[in-house]
Amino acid sequence: MSLTADEVRWVAHLARLELSDDELATLTPQLSAIVDYVKQLQQVNTDGVEPLAHALEMNNVFRADEPAPSLPVDAALANAPDRRGDFYAVPAVLE
Amino acid sequence: MIERTAAELLGFLSRGEISAEDLTGRFLQAIRDREPRVRAFLHVNEVGALQQARAVDHKRRHGEALGPLAGIPVAVKDVLCTQGQPTTCASKILQNFVPPYDAHVITRLRLADAVLIGKTNMDEFAMGSSTENSAFQTTRNPWGVERIPGGSSGGSAVAVAVCQAPLALGTDTGGSVRQPASLCGIAGLKPTYGRVSRFGLVAFGSSLDQVGGFAHDVADLALLLEVIAGHDSRDSTSVQKPVPAYRQTLNQPVRPLTVGVAREYFGAGLDPEVERAVATALKLYEDLGATVKEVSLPTTPHAIAVYYLVATAEASSNLARYDGVHFGHRSKKHKDLIDMYCRSRGEGFGKEVKRRIMLGTYALSSGYKDAYYLKALKVRRLIRDDFDRAFAQCDVVMGPTSPTPAFKIGERTEDPLAMYLSDIYTISANLAGIPGISIPCGFTRDGLPIGLQIQAPPFEEKKLLRVARMFEQETDWHTRRPKL
Repeated sequence: MSLTADEVRWVAHLARLELSDDELATLTPQLSAIVDYVKQLQQVNTDGVEPLAHALEMNNVFRADEPAPSLPVDAALANAPDRRGDFYAVPAVLE
Repeated sequence: MIERTAAELLGFLSRGEISAEDLTGRFLQAIRDREPRVRAFLHVNEVGALQQARAVDHKRRHGEALGPLAGIPVAVKDVLCTQGQPTTCASKILQNFVPPYDAHVITRLRLADAVLIGKTNMDEFAMGSSTENSAFQTTRNPWGVERIPGGSSGGSAVAVAVCQAPLALGTDTGGSVRQPASLCGIAGLKPTYGRVSRFGLVAFGSSLDQVGGFAHDVADLALLLEVIAGHDSRDSTSVQKPVPAYRQTLNQPVRPLTVGVAREYFGAGLDPEVERAVATALKLYEDLGATVKEVSLPTTPHAIAVYYLVATAEASSNLARYDGVHFGHRSKKHKDLIDMYCRSRGEGFGKEVKRRIMLGTYALSSGYKDAYYLKALKVRRLIRDDFDRAFAQCDVVMGPTSPTPAFKIGERTEDPLAMYLSDIYTISANLAGIPGISIPCGFTRDGLPIGLQIQAPPFEEKKLLRVARMFEQETDWHTRRPKL
């Protein structure tokens, strides 16, 4: 298999995704199969080919830096899982 | 009445043969009657829809100007933000999310006086080809209720197919409008990347996502595209090009017409009944005076590999925002901030979404980025170059939309790669950014719909719709409705 359970666990950590042992057991062979499949691209000659990130290939689009009305605080906070006053509350970042 | 096209319904409304309120009432009744069989909707906005319809009737009575969709119910995929109405992306992580603003296309529908009747089921975050990845319910294909409707915009396709709404919006990242349209026997359009604003479309693969539409026929798709297309400063990839009056030229056949047929679209895995129906459609174009010519899209066999690296890389970045801080699900038990992120995401995302975040994270991770992600972007350019070369020799490229008709529920859920291969003919258009349409072109012996895909060069929707209309005017596949 292309990927070991440890590698999958490391990727889950990078993705900030908690996976159960069962999920890890299923995902490891599935991701390996997909990674093996996409390895076919290594056979394609891309010497001198520029990557295409985007079909339109436009560069930066600028607009005037003018203040405009934005979302009212109550609307912006309406979906907050934990609101304290006009803030989002989260677990302590620093001890 | 409910089986009519939007254009026909607009006629009834303008002649005063029915009020918008009555019409909306009939579609709401169809939703109540048919939902137990198909389960296309996640939320139905009964009260709001009737209010919007009454407002249209009021405007009409007072001689006020009316928009081009005045009084027409439209169903909307639950990935497009609707202010004050739930927008879940069929995900537990957004189960209680109510957007504080409308997507640009929703604003456009409101300005056109359309009636927003409800939000439709989909694969979670538009990741899937069967709508089975919804966290909430399984939508069924009305032509065979043990079968999938296609995906990811399966709910929108079914809503139109069973006449719960004459029009619907979907989104297409790798075929998510065209494939369900094909499998449900209706017309579905993916516009050019940049033709329609993505503002308020919950992002999956930002360089691939595009809003598209479902309708019974091509004329209605032209109408819908006129309403939703055009520049929006809130999406910097939406282009400044003027929007043509697609309906005005729709009935003009394209002459001379050269149809390109790519040999790569007729390989192993293509169902023989699908192949026969598409060959018959190509013959009809020849009878109409078109030249059918073989073209080559040699990079096509690698399109799925490119797509599942590019789309997942973009998804892993886009879905980083679901961290339980600003909106969406937050896990109740957590040790610290990082643990809160991990648990919220682990509890909130479904299997396919996790799989794609993992694949995308892997493809972008240190040591693998050049071999996977960057390599995929280079092959992506080769796919775009294939189309440029093909379109130098033909007006449109035609072939099957999907290699098979609708498959059975559960048939491919355990084998992600088999599911990904369902998109083999549709994903290239997203990688290249070109427009594509699927129109009904026949049925299998078992009565399952078959779709013809037509692809055109960037921003050639006008020609694309005219070419599709030529077929529609000679056939009656688009007039068939499933018996539930």
